[in-house]
Amino acid sequence: MTTIVKPEVKTAEKETVKKNKSSVYKTEQLNLWYGSNHALKNIDLDIKENEVTAIIGPSGCGKSTYIKTLNRMIETIPSVKTSGVINYRDKNIFDKEYQVEELRTKVGMVFQKPNPFPKSIYDNIAYGPRIHGIKNKKILDQIVEKSLRGAAIWDEVKDRLGENAYGLSGGQQQRICIARCLAIEPDVILMDEPTSALDPISTLKVEELVQDLKKDYSIIIVTHNMQQAARISDKTAFFLNGEVVEFDETDKIFSNPSDERTEDYISGRFG
Amino acid sequence: MKFVNHEEVAAKTKTRLTKNTLLKGVFAAATGFGLVVLAILLYRIVTQGSDYLSFEFFTSFASRIPENSGIKAAILGSVYLMLVVAPVSMFLGVGTAIYLEEYAKRNKFTNFIKVNISNLAGVPSVVFGLLGLTIFVRFFDLGISILAAGLTMSLLILPIIIVASQEAIRAVPNELREASFAMGATRWQTILRVVLPASIPGILTGSILALSRAIGETAPLVVIGIPTILMFTPDGIMSTFTALPMQIFDWTKRPQVEFHDVAAAGIIVLMGLLIIMNSIAVFIRNKYQKRY
Repeated sequence: MTTIVKPEVKTAEKETVKKNKSSVYKTEQLNLWYGSNHALKNIDLDIKENEVTAIIGPSGCGKSTYIKTLNRMIETIPSVKTSGVINYRDKNIFDKEYQVEELRTKVGMVFQKPNPFPKSIYDNIAYGPRIHGIKNKKILDQIVEKSLRGAAIWDEVKDRLGENAYGLSGGQQQRICIARCLAIEPDVILMDEPTSALDPISTLKVEELVQDLKKDYSIIIVTHNMQQAARISDKTAFFLNGEVVEFDETDKIFSNPSDERTEDYISGRFG
Repeated sequence: MKFVNHEEVAAKTKTRLTKNTLLKGVFAAATGFGLVVLAILLYRIVTQGSDYLSFEFFTSFASRIPENSGIKAAILGSVYLMLVVAPVSMFLGVGTAIYLEEYAKRNKFTNFIKVNISNLAGVPSVVFGLLGLTIFVRFFDLGISILAAGLTMSLLILPIIIVASQEAIRAVPNELREASFAMGATRWQTILRVVLPASIPGILTGSILALSRAIGETAPLVVIGIPTILMFTPDGIMSTFTALPMQIFDWTKRPQVEFHDVAAAGIIVLMGLLIIMNSIAVFIRNKYQKRY
């Protein structure tokens, strides 16, 4: 298996040398078990900054597990065990001294189902800055506006910031969640199937947003939707049964994949 | 091949409908039974006690003469008791629930503790009275004081508060906790800013209902041995005292019929207190439910 994976990673590295992009996440020989179920097997991935990296694959292939490992949210499940290394900006996040709270202030996450807090729109966005100790009302006001503008929802909600976020539509709620994530000014944004609960128009808005955001952030997005991966990502990793089958430029994956299984999957023969 | 014979189904429809109507009547009668008994009880108490219910009833101490009897010492005693029970039981109860639901690892030991807390809620109050007598009155030498009785009552209602708070905390969707953790919040920040605001209506409703049980509870006070006739009001938590249910219990034991009416007046006051406390619980629940 690894014999197939490694050359692909190398081509990815060559690309980066050209563009001079540095790595945000370097995963080396990552293994993960849920109890006795071996969910991720010898994962090697090198994710570059200011790119959109899509992770595709059939249900149960480990793509959501992998993205939740990147900010160690997977540890909320008690039976999880990991081995291997994930370097975030050259520091292993599995190190004992590594503060997971600090990691998560730099790595934001957008979940599959919109999960705003049952608070006002303003308090939702200000949540992150507040837990990191920002109390100044003027600064908070600016963060809220900047984040809502960043998530392209400012114009829709600017007159009702005091209203409960639960009153918004699903698509708006998801963009509120993206804005909430931008408010902590992260370095990386992890998105776990962010559009799977949304209608096509809201999906389009979120996709446009992702294109916009990659200027300032590195984005890793898990998606069920191959067209979506093709539309918005620069690099694509194809996961199958807990392994990385192929990781390359999105154009190459979708036009000329090296692995037969990738071709079968993207042409809709299974999954 | 068809399995459903529609003629047969039509023939059976009538019996099904009759059964439905019949059972509706049975359940309505079950509800009615409780309501009727309660109404008779209320009517009896109000007609008996209303004559003795006056301003003086609240400002006089107990007396040998029914007309001069009042509940000054008892009602103040009950209020003082609540001032001890409310903070102690809520702090311990909510704290335990937070620990068990948010911090403790799920294993056999914590499951064992959880099952036992639910069981404790069913232990008779007399047993808690004996516990209080042994531990607080005698072992810690607190005497027959408001503090000793308050701690005993707190223990009595602690399981109810823990179970109600656990349920309220468990009802908070996990996605909200995840959202908070994913932004780098610590567990305590998540509890304070996400879990508690969402669960506070349930916690408060459960706690207030538990407190209203404590204010009407008599058995533990009898076992601890608090007096029924006191001619002074308590002056601190170490002072001895009497409480409303104790006073009512004493009056109903007396041979003179007039005292039974005085007891009825006491019951009206006690029920008034309970209704006020329960209304606060309902008010809080409704207020917060509107916000979320």
